[in-house]
Order: sequence, then structure tokens, then C-alpha cells
Amino acid sequence: MSLEVLGITVLWFFLYGYLIVASIDFGAGFFAYYGRVTKKEHLINHVISRYLSPVWEVTNVFFVFFFVGLVGFFPDTAYYYGTALLIPGSISLILLAIRGSFYAFSNYGSKDNDLYLFLYGATGLLIPASLSTALTISEGGFLKEEGGRVVFLAGKLFTSPYSWSVVVLAIVSVLFISAVFLTYYAWRARDLDALGVLRKFALFWSGPTILASLLVFASLKSHNPHHFENALDLWWMFGLSFICFAAAALFIIQGRNYGTAFIMVMFQFFFAFFGYGASHLPYILDPYISVSTSYTNDTMGRALVTAFIAGLVLLVPSLILLMRLFLFDADYVKGKK
Amino acid sequence: MELSSVDLSRMLTSMTLGFHIIFATIGVGVPVMISIAEWIGIRNNDEYYLLMARRWARGFTITVAVGVVTGTCIGLQLSLLWPSFMKVAGQVISLPLFMETFAFFFEAIFLGIYLYTWDRFKKPIYHWLLSIPVIIGSSASAFFITTVNAFMNTPQGFKLDGGALVEIEPLTAMFNPATPSKTFHVLTTSYLTAALILGSIAAFTVLKGRNGVYERKALKLTMAAGLVFALGTAVAGDVSAKFLSKHQPEKLAALEWHFETKPGADLLLFGTIDENNEVTKAIKIPGMLSFLAGSSLDHEVVGLDEFPEEVRPPLWIHYLFDMMVGIGFFSIIVSAGFIILDKMKNRNPYNKGLLWLILAGGPLSILAIELGWILAEVGRQPWILRGYIKVAEGVTSADNVGLTFLMFLGLYILLGVLTIIVLVKMFRNKPAEAELEDRFRGSSK
Ligand code: HDD
Ligand code: HEM
Ligand code: HEM
Repeated sequence: MSLEVLGITVLWFFLYGYLIVASIDFGAGFFAYYGRVTKKEHLINHVISRYLSPVWEVTNVFFVFFFVGLVGFFPDTAYYYGTALLIPGSISLILLAIRGSFYAFSNYGSKDNDLYLFLYGATGLLIPASLSTALTISEGGFLKEEGGRVVFLAGKLFTSPYSWSVVVLAIVSVLFISAVFLTYYAWRARDLDALGVLRKFALFWSGPTILASLLVFASLKSHNPHHFENALDLWWMFGLSFICFAAAALFIIQGRNYGTAFIMVMFQFFFAFFGYGASHLPYILDPYISVSTSYTNDTMGRALVTAFIAGLVLLVPSLILLMRLFLFDADYVKGKK
Repeated sequence: MELSSVDLSRMLTSMTLGFHIIFATIGVGVPVMISIAEWIGIRNNDEYYLLMARRWARGFTITVAVGVVTGTCIGLQLSLLWPSFMKVAGQVISLPLFMETFAFFFEAIFLGIYLYTWDRFKKPIYHWLLSIPVIIGSSASAFFITTVNAFMNTPQGFKLDGGALVEIEPLTAMFNPATPSKTFHVLTTSYLTAALILGSIAAFTVLKGRNGVYERKALKLTMAAGLVFALGTAVAGDVSAKFLSKHQPEKLAALEWHFETKPGADLLLFGTIDENNEVTKAIKIPGMLSFLAGSSLDHEVVGLDEFPEEVRPPLWIHYLFDMMVGIGFFSIIVSAGFIILDKMKNRNPYNKGLLWLILAGGPLSILAIELGWILAEVGRQPWILRGYIKVAEGVTSADNVGLTFLMFLGLYILLGVLTIIVLVKMFRNKPAEAELEDRFRGSSK
């Protein structure tokens, strides 16, 4: 594998990691607020906060890692996206900032402030919507180079059916991933009341997830036929994704194997996300940036890969420790520690 | 007045960094103080220090959160506002930026564990051990990001070949001449600031009339640590001045209004300057600038006359320099004063005057951090990458920077105000003595 493809694969893994952990976090925020409004708070909110409290900062780092790595490996992305996305990028940033700090304010500071919780919940849906537009833009057609300047065609983005279908998919997937994970967590905690509520959420959002992905495919066909063709060549990835989804849904309907169900959901998104990514190649930003033209110099590429491997040696054991303490420690999950 | 895209981008960058740096400094320094307190508490089996560690850690959760979100802002903003600069510099200096995120990752994981495992280990020392990776992570991230800033001041590790960058050496770029002095000074000042802020909170509580054992122990610990770090800061500051005289003489000359290259240069304190560069009312310390720059009274110090007008930094940074150094000496004197009075019999280190000075130490050290960064960054003007790219050449071509500025201004005001409200609320209704009662004594039976 060439160094630039290795680089983008590594970054794609981190974005996938962010997709999973952040979805859990974003969706949980929404469910927590929904729980308060519908007076089911006592059923689900402690399950949510027990998992989220120790890990939220880690979630954020996945994101930072992705964009720092992207600019490191492919410096041109800073130039194109940076110039074009000043306003939308800043809005996403402000939402992220509000979310992170309000989580801390409401969780460690004033536990029962409704406004903090509302902002925390609402941003949970707005952020995936706004971040997903970066992927939409990467399909091309929303940026224009004009007299040495990069111009963002906002009007086109807002009227494009493709762009809206991606937004819908982002929101629905967030809720689905999150609901399945929290169902599993509630089951580990042997908290049957919470389990009942969360399982219903998971079932409720499963159908829309599949519908929304079909919608994205359909609109991609007219927006970027060339990408659509590439995706068809990788039809088996999307097929595997669907099989994993079906298995997960089956387990949840039967009310057993919640752990396996969540792993199946992770695979569902893994195959779909990597199928999407692989068929997107060689472009990072169609047609301006491709992995080979925008790749940083070889020396830096090798230095980054080396740093990356050294970093993993440090991080993987630490992450395992974190998961053992807060995810797989039955007593902690049950609230006994 | 019409503000250009460059002006607005500079304003927005300065604002975000100026805000982030407060929380970043706390984020680097406070874990060290928490760890020291917990260590003493475990060693001496002293529940006051254990409580201190817990209370500091609780407040820390809030400042970390703001540090993280503002850091994410600056990280993305650098690409949004300075795309052309990042595209070029990124080729050479993305290694430490990348390593910084690893350091964050490491810190974030262990901070999560540390904050939620106070009572989970049979041996308390295991919990203390978790603070070590937190310190390593946050100090390492400060180190890595500071090497990036050092690179902007003394770039090396690449060659320019007709616009293209060639012969790139990431490690040479990272370990450039500014790296040792800058990282040393940034780390010591972060630790110092944390000690002084925590000391300032303890002094405030005593001044309000709550003069218990807890507050006294907190004052002793923070002032002792403060003295050590203040001395370290002064040494590091001196190292920085020596570095400047060798590698960035125009900055030192601007800091000291030193116009002619000559041996035996005087150090100027305060004073004013007019448009003909005539200095009045300054206190002159003969030969001292030579001594600072080269450890000898007749060392030759390069003056501004060797630089063309358009690459000279602005001269007002002199005032900031004086204030920063002044605060440095202030913190040495105050912390040493407290320790000495405390060691002497029949002396009262808890007298109102001294407590007020300790109270001032926290806000003043934050002020010094801001002054230090402004003088260091403005002293690099007009360059963004000294000698290669000017600020105006690195800027975004996008419109709407003004609107973005206003949005972020609103965000920082909101975050700043809420941080203070939440922190005050957190501790106001829970004095240390009461918490000690129900945490250790109530439950031990
Ligand atoms: C609590 C904060 C604080 C205090 C008390 C001091 N400094 Fe400082 N100083 C900083 C906080 C700081 C800083 C924020 O950390 C800077 C900004 C950029 C940098 O590298 O460190 C800095 C920069 C800085 C520079 C410019 C370095 C460069 O641009 O490369 C010099 C020459 C000094 N300092 C010297 C001193 C001296 C002689 C002090 C006397 C004790 C002193 N500082 C106290
Ligand atoms: C990736 C590394 C960095 C980049 C790309 C960067 C870039 C810039 C730019 C473009 C400006 C505005 C132009 C100017 O006034 O000089 C600026 C200003 C500033 N930067 Fe840096 N910087 C970096 C590192 C740092 C670090 C680590 C700090 C410390 C927190 C810092 C502190 C400041 C401050 C305080 C200002 C405001 C100075 C002023 O008022 O003009 N910078 N930086
Ligand atoms: C251009 C300058 C800077 C950039 C781009 C930057 C970037 C960031 C980012 C992206 C984060 C969030 C990481 C996360 O998600 O956990 C962060 C947080 C942090 N930054 Fe900065 N940073 C800059 C300057 C500094 C400086 C100068 C220091 C230290 C003196 C520093 C110390 C920290 C610390 C300790 C945190 C963790 C939050 C906390 O513990 O409070 N940063 N920074």
C-alpha cells in the first residue's frame, strides 16, 4: 500500500471511531433531554451519565485527531476547505464548544438546570447535521475556484437533495447507534426499566436508518454518477452492511444478545463507511484534491506514520484500561462503584 | 475605519488564543498541584491534603472542558483563517501538531479514569499513580505546541527552492533554536500560574474569615510550590532573553528600546518614547542588558538600527515586557515572604496585607501569561514565519471574517461568564471543613 493510501486509511479509521463514539454521545444527549421532557428521566438518565461522564473528552479527541491528521497528511485540504468553510466551519465549532462545556456545566455544576440540558440535547442533533455537510461538499459541485479564490456555493448546498439526504442520514444514524449502545449498557446494568425504554428507541430508529441510506444512494446517483458507479463496484461491502443491520435488528426484536447486536451495528457502519470511502477515492475533494496530488512530502509522511505507530503503542493499552474500568466492569456499570 | 481581512483574522486569532491560553495554562499546571497534594496526603495520611486534591480536581473538570473546546476552536481556526500559511508550514511542522493530539489523547483517557476512581482502589497509591500520565499528557502537549510556535520564530529544517519546499527534516524543524527556551519558560510559568491561582483562592477564603486548618495547609503548599516555580520562571526568562539576543535580536531590541548595536548596553525600566525614538523617564541599569543577553557587562547587543524599518516589531511591547518581569519578581517576593514569615516564630504569615498580595497573585499571573504571549507574538511582527512568510501573505481570502469574529466573541463571553458562575456555585455552599466532616469522619465509623 502506498504511503498516501495508508495515511488516508488511518485517518478514515479515526473518523469511523469518531462516528461511533460521537454518535453514542450525541444521541445520548438527545435521549437525556427527551427523557426529562417526557418524565422518563429517572428511568434512563443515570445509565446515560454513568457511561458518558468518564469518556466525553476522549470522544472529542477522536475529532481533533482526524482534522489535525488530515491537514498533516494532505496540507491542501487546509487551503480548500479552510477558505471555503469559514462560516459553516465556525458554526460547527461553536456548536461543539457549547456542547462540550455545557455537558461539564450541567454534569459537574448545576445538575438540574433545564437550559443546559436542552442545549446539550439540541446540539447533539445539530452537530452531526453540520459536520456531515463537510462530506457532502467533498462530493464536489459546491466549491468553485475563481480568480485564485475558493468560493463556497452555499445556495447550491441548501437546495441540493443530495445534501439534505445526507443530513437526514446523519441524524437518524446517530439516534440509532446511540439507542442500540445504550440498550446494551442498560442490559449490562441489569436496569430493566431503562432497557425497556431504550430498546423501543432502538427499534423505532432502525427502519429510518435503512430508508435514509437508500435515499442517499438514490440522490448520489444524480449528484455524482461517477462516485455512484464506483460504489456499485463495491456492492458487496454494502451488502455485508445490510446483513449486519438485519442481524442486529433481529437480536433486538428477540430481546437477546444486545452486546452482539451492538457489534453488528458497528460492522454495519464499518462496511458502509469504508465502502463509501473506498469508492470516493482517489478524491478527497472532488475534483480539486486527490490523495496523490495533495499528499505531503515523503519525509513528513514517513515521520507521521512512525509517530502514529508509536502513539498507538501508547494509546491502545490505555483505551483498553478505560474500557475495562467503565464499560466492562459490571459493578461500575451497575452503579455499585 | 475599514478593517481588512488580515486585521480581522489577527483579532480573531488573538482572541481565541488569548482565551484558550488561560485554560490551557491551568490545564498544564493544576494537575501537577493536584498530584502533589494527593501525594502528601497519602504519605502523611493527612485527610486535609486528600480533600484538597479532590476539591481542586472538581474545579478542574470545568476548566478542562473549556480548555478542550477552545483548543478545538483554535486548532480548526488556524486552518480556516491562515490556509495559505498552514498549507506551507504544514509540510514541515505537522509532526509536533500530530504528536500533540496523541498527548491529548493520553491525557484525556487518564483524566477520565482519575476523576472517576477516587475510591475504587484498595491501595490509594494506585489512584495517585494515575495522575502521572495526566501530567505527562498535558505537559507534553504544551511542549509539542510550543515547538510549533518556536518554529514560527526561528524556522529551520527545510529549504526553499523557487517556491517549493525541499530537504524537509521534521525533527530539525521541531528542535529549532527557540524550542529549549520557549518550552522551558512556558512549562515553568504554567506550573507557577496554577500554584498562584490556587493560593489566591485559599487567601480569599481566609480573608473572608474562614481561617481553618484546611486553608492554612493550602496556603503553605501553594506558596512553597509557587516559590520553586517562580524561581524556575526567572531562570527560564533569563534563558529566553539570551536566546533572543542570539537568534531573534530585533525582538529583544524592541523589547528594550535598544537602537544602536553596542557593548555595555543598559537595561531600561518603564519610561516613555516619542516619535523620534527619544526615551524619557526610564530607569537605566547600566550594562544590565548586556549582562542579561550575554552574561557579561560588555557583551555586544544588536540594536534596531541593523534592521530595515519595515521588519522592526512595534515598540509598545516594551511596556508588556516590564509588566511581565515585574510580576515575575512580585511572585518570588510574595511567596518567599510567606514562607519566611511562616518559618519564623512569633510572626504571623496570615496578616491581612500579605493575604491581599497573595490574592492578587492569581489574577496577576494570568495577566503575565497574556502579556508574555502578546509580546512574544507581536515581537515576531511582521512575520508569521520569520524570514519567510509575512502575516498578510498567510491570511484567508474569505469574506465574513468580521461576522465570525462576532460569533466567537459571543461564545467566549458566554463561556467565561458561565465558568465563573458554575465554579462559584460549586464551592460556595460547601466549605472544606463541612466536606471533610461528611467525607472522612462521618463515613469512617
Ligand atoms: C506567569 C507568567 C510569566 C512570568 C511571571 C514571566 N514570564 Fe516571560 N513569558 C511568559 C510568561 C511569564 C510566557 C507566556 O510563557 C511567554 C510567552 C511566549 C513564551 O515563550 O513564553 C513569555 C515570554 C518571554 C520572553 C520572550 C521569549 C520569546 O519570544 O522567545 C522573554 C525574554 C521572557 N518571557 C522573559 C521573562 C523574564 C526575564 C521574567 C522574569 C522573571 C519573565 N519572563 C516572567
Ligand atoms: C500552530 C501554531 C501557531 C500558529 C499557526 C499561530 C498563528 C498566529 C497568527 C497568524 C497570529 C496573528 C498574527 C500575529 O499577530 O502575529 C497569531 C497571533 C498570536 N498567537 Fe500565534 N500561532 C501559533 C502558535 C501560538 C501558540 C502556541 C500561542 C500560545 C498560546 C500563540 C499565541 C498567540 C497570541 C497571543 C497572538 C496574538 C498576538 C497579537 O496580538 O497579534 N500562538 N498567531
Ligand atoms: C496554536 C496554539 C494551540 C492549539 C492549536 C491548541 C490546540 C488545542 C486543542 C485542539 C485542544 C483540545 C484537545 C482535546 O480535544 O482534548 C487543546 C486543549 C489544551 N491545550 Fe491547547 N492549543 C494551543 C495552545 C496551547 C498552549 C500554548 C498550551 C500550553 C501552554 C496548550 C495546552 C493545552 C491543554 C493542557 C489542553 C487540554 C485541556 C485542558 O487540560 O485544559 N495549548 N489545545
